[in-house]
Order: sequence, then C-alpha cells, then structure tokens
Amino acid sequence: MTTPQTGSLTQEATLNQEDTMAVDANETLTEVVAPQPVSPKTVFDLQDLEVHYGSFRAVREVNLQIAKNEITAFIGPSGCGKTTVLRCLNRMNDVIPSARVGGKVLYHGVDLYGPGVSATEVRRRIGMVFQRPNPFPKSIYDNVAFGPRVNGIKSKSELDDIVEESLRGAALWDEVSSRLKTSALGMSGGQQQRLCIARAIAVQPDVILMDEPCSALDPIATARIEDLMQDIKSRFTIVIVTHNMQQAGRVSDRTAFFTTEVNPNSDRRTGVLVEYDKTTTIFSKPADERTEAYVSGRFG
Amino acid sequence: MSSVLADRAAESPLTIGDLQTHRSWRNAKSHLMVGLMFVAFLIILVPLVAVIGTVVSRGAGIVFRDFPDWFTSEIPVRRRAVGPGMGPAIVGTLLITLFASLLAIPLGILGAVYLHEYGGQSRSARVIRFLSNVMTGVPSIVMGLFVYVVFTINFGLAGVGGSLALACLMLPVIIRSTEEMLKLVPGHLREASYALGTRKGRTILTIVLPSALPGVVSGCLLAIARAAGETAPLLFTIGFVTKMNTNLFDGPNTTLSFQIFKNASETLAGPQERGWGAAFTLVAITFLFTVIARLVTASYQKRR
Repeated sequence: MTTPQTGSLTQEATLNQEDTMAVDANETLTEVVAPQPVSPKTVFDLQDLEVHYGSFRAVREVNLQIAKNEITAFIGPSGCGKTTVLRCLNRMNDVIPSARVGGKVLYHGVDLYGPGVSATEVRRRIGMVFQRPNPFPKSIYDNVAFGPRVNGIKSKSELDDIVEESLRGAALWDEVSSRLKTSALGMSGGQQQRLCIARAIAVQPDVILMDEPCSALDPIATARIEDLMQDIKSRFTIVIVTHNMQQAGRVSDRTAFFTTEVNPNSDRRTGVLVEYDKTTTIFSKPADERTEAYVSGRFG
Repeated sequence: MSSVLADRAAESPLTIGDLQTHRSWRNAKSHLMVGLMFVAFLIILVPLVAVIGTVVSRGAGIVFRDFPDWFTSEIPVRRRAVGPGMGPAIVGTLLITLFASLLAIPLGILGAVYLHEYGGQSRSARVIRFLSNVMTGVPSIVMGLFVYVVFTINFGLAGVGGSLALACLMLPVIIRSTEEMLKLVPGHLREASYALGTRKGRTILTIVLPSALPGVVSGCLLAIARAAGETAPLLFTIGFVTKMNTNLFDGPNTTLSFQIFKNASETLAGPQERGWGAAFTLVAITFLFTVIARLVTASYQKRR
C-alpha cells in the first residue's frame, strides 16, 4: 500500500530536535510494528524492494543497507531506477498515483510502508533536495523558515536563529545575509540549490536525499555543493543519486550501481541493483563485470 | 564521407549573401501572417473603442453635470422628469453584486480546490466538473427563472434573490478559471513542500493557492464584472424601486443594469439621459474595481 496513512498513533509525534533521531523515530513513526533488530549504524535497510508503476515493474529486488553519517551514492545509466529507489526512502512515490511499492524499507528498523506510518512524519525526518532547484516563490527567509513554521515554530527569534544556522550550514549566509527579505527567485542556480539544502536542513532531518542535485549547475557551483556535503555529513546521513561518476567517486563513502535488465519476452526494462560496496572498491576492483564496464566508461 | 549532407555542404562555399534575408515564399508567408494578425487586432479594437467611446461621450456629461446629486439622489418617480439621479441603483448594484460574490467566490474556489487537488479524475469529480461546465452554458435568464421559482415565489421580491441568481452565474466561471490556474502550479513546488513534511492541506494553503493567486483573482474579477452587468436574471427576482433600499433581504431593489434597460426603452429625453448616465456609471465602477483588485494583487505579489 502506498496511500498516505495517518493513524492516530502517528499524529501525536512531536518533533524533538535535540533527541537522537534513532530513538525518536522508533517511538513516533509507529508503535504498531515491532522494531526489528538492526545495527545502530544502519539507517536504511532495504529488503526485496520492488516498485511498480501501474503494471510496469520499474525496479526489482533491491537489497541494501545505508549507514549513518555516510554519503551513499546511487549510480547507473538512465532509466535504471536510481531515482525511483531514492524516492521510496521518504515516500515521495506516494505522490505518483500509479506507483506501488513492494518489499520493505526499514528506517531504523521501522518499515516506512508499514501500517499506520504517516508519510508526513517520514518526510519530516527524511528531507529531499531535487534535481532542479525549486525554491518557493517567496523571500529567502520565508523559504528557509517554511519547514520550521509548518512544524509549529512561531517565535520570531527562534525562527531567526534557525534561518541563520541553516543558511550558514548551507554555506550561503555570507552571500545572502543582507537580502534575506528579497525573492529567492532572484538568486543564481547554484545559490538556489544551496538554499534548497538550507531549507531541508532547517527542519533538522535525520537523512537528506539528493536527486542529482548538481546536474543543473556549473562546475564551480557543483564543487561548492560537494564541499557542503562533506561539511554536513557529520550531522546527517546523505543519499545522493548522480549521473556523474566522478562526483560519486569524489563525495561518496559507498556506491550502489544500478542497471537495466531487458526482459527478452516483453522487451520491458527493469532496474536492478548490480553491486553495492565501498566507493573505492566499486571504482577500483568491482566484483561484477557490468560495474566494471560502466565505471570504466565502456557502457552507459 | 560521401553522405548527401556532406556533398551538399561541399557544393557551394558560404558567401555573405547566404546569411542575409532572402526574398522567399517562406518570408512572404511570415509577413502575411503577421499582417493578418495585426488587422485582426485592429478589428477587435473597433467595437471596444466604439462601445467605451459612446458610453463615455454620451454618459460622462450627464453624470458630471449633476455631479454629487447623480450619485446620491433618488430616481425620479415621474418617468418623463429630466435630471438625476441613480443613487438607489448604484447602491443596489454594489450590494447585490457584493453579496453574490460573497456567495460564489469562496464556494467556487473551494470547489475548484476540491476538484483539482482531491477529486482528480474520480467519478464524482468528473460528474461535478461536467455539470459545472454545463452550468456555464445556461442562459442567464434561465438562472433568473430558476431563482424566481425556488426563491422569489416563496419569499417575495428582494435583492437577495438577484444575488442568488448572479451567484449561480458566477459559480461555474470561478470554478473553471480557478481549476485552470491550479493546473498551472508547477508540480515541483508541491514536491518541495511535501519533502519538508508538510501536509497536503497546508501545502495547498501556503504554496499552491498563493502561486495561483493572480490567475484566480483574474477569474473572479471577470465573474464579478459579468455579474454586475447582468440584467436578465434580475428581471423577475428584485422587482423595481425608485427609493433607496439598503436591505437586501426585505423588499424590492434596483440596479444600474436594470435602470439602463428600463430607461433605454423610453422615448423621452429625461429617461434616455439617465440610461446613458447609468451605463457610464456601471462601466466606471467595474473599471475602478478591476484596477483596485489588480493593485492589491500586485502589492501582495511584491511582498512575497
């Protein structure tokens, strides 16, 4: 089931930003499903994840674990389901009416698609940065303050602090501190994308998902975002989808390589996870020859 | 390389003439089309200028000749009398249209939000959307008859009957235009909001509706302007008075549009003049409100 459910238990969740998210998540996401024992360092545990769009199976049998405070990169050719898998991690696929998710996505041991889990509560803990910078048509300040306000923070001074801290966190404060009240749409593309990161940081998430965050940016802006990812990874777990193999090699600790398999009978393509390992291993001595072909540039 | 394209490129070396505009059929066609569009624009302008020009030239003088009296004094009881004014009709127009807007705008916007954000392509939403489109095509006099049958027969002639009929006319226009505007709000803005853990209702209130606001306001303005000028639905719902009636819920009322209709069908100079004056007043009021609404929307946009 992918319909957003809002069970009464999950509605009581209060966002306590000081608590460690691991404990917080177990207590508030759901009390229906008993948490399964996982290593404390594992944030996500994907078990036989499958995604269908209507009758089309987009991704099958993905099994991988994502570790805390690491940057995990998803790479692979177009149409291999990287983004689809990423969007399962904060239930953004719920927005697509025809999408169905099978298997389990355990987040700190709790199945995100289990009964009673609220997609809203999930996304409050697992933020997302999109391919194209998508600031709201509001001021810079209001963009960053949007999430905290939604979470019920009304005090002006508290919001001021959050906005400043988040913009500093996204290495944007020095550039915009004098024009916080101007429209966010007047910024450059790179600044807009860093604003989107600041906006995601402002709700104090546990995880930040990034869907090709640099594909619309020039190399200088890209470098700034990559530096930023290194700066914030001690506070957040980051999962990034990228088309750029050099980027995956530069920024990530672990890399998952996806590819498409063509069904010989129906000519339909399904994404599969080929290999998942430390980034250095994937790029130097991958176990699977398809990975080797991809990272050496012979295919895809 | 012996491809066709490469051969053609090799045939003729580039000269400066190649890069200059040619006299070709394609160019001529382009100029012809632009010319046609300009002519169409001029033709559109003719009735527009003619209508506004006539109303202003024949109405403005009458309104300003009796400047303050025109807006305040009552309509002469004796039809053949010469002179002002239109006070009761101005007040009636404002009140009846205002109440119709209060009924139709919130309902219409909420309906459109339901249709687009929650109903989608479900059966109930499709049925409502279809009925709303059918309603757009219902002649306004039929709306008046409908209100006459369900309201006026039971409660008597009153301004509120006119408001109900006008609201019925405005509703489908507002639903349609608001839904079209909601469709234009980019999906990535909604996704950005959802990704911050925002519920759907909050996303609609804080992101979707503000983004669609200018278009929604335009749609509502069109509906209001249309309603303010409608006569047919008022013919048998509000009755006729010459004295001021500020109570929409009690007793007959009158409007500018109705006064235009009534006075224009007289042959005498006095009522004819009042008819033109009422036409000018109505156009001026509509114009004024459009400008005010635009300014308010613009300042709201700037503040964000």
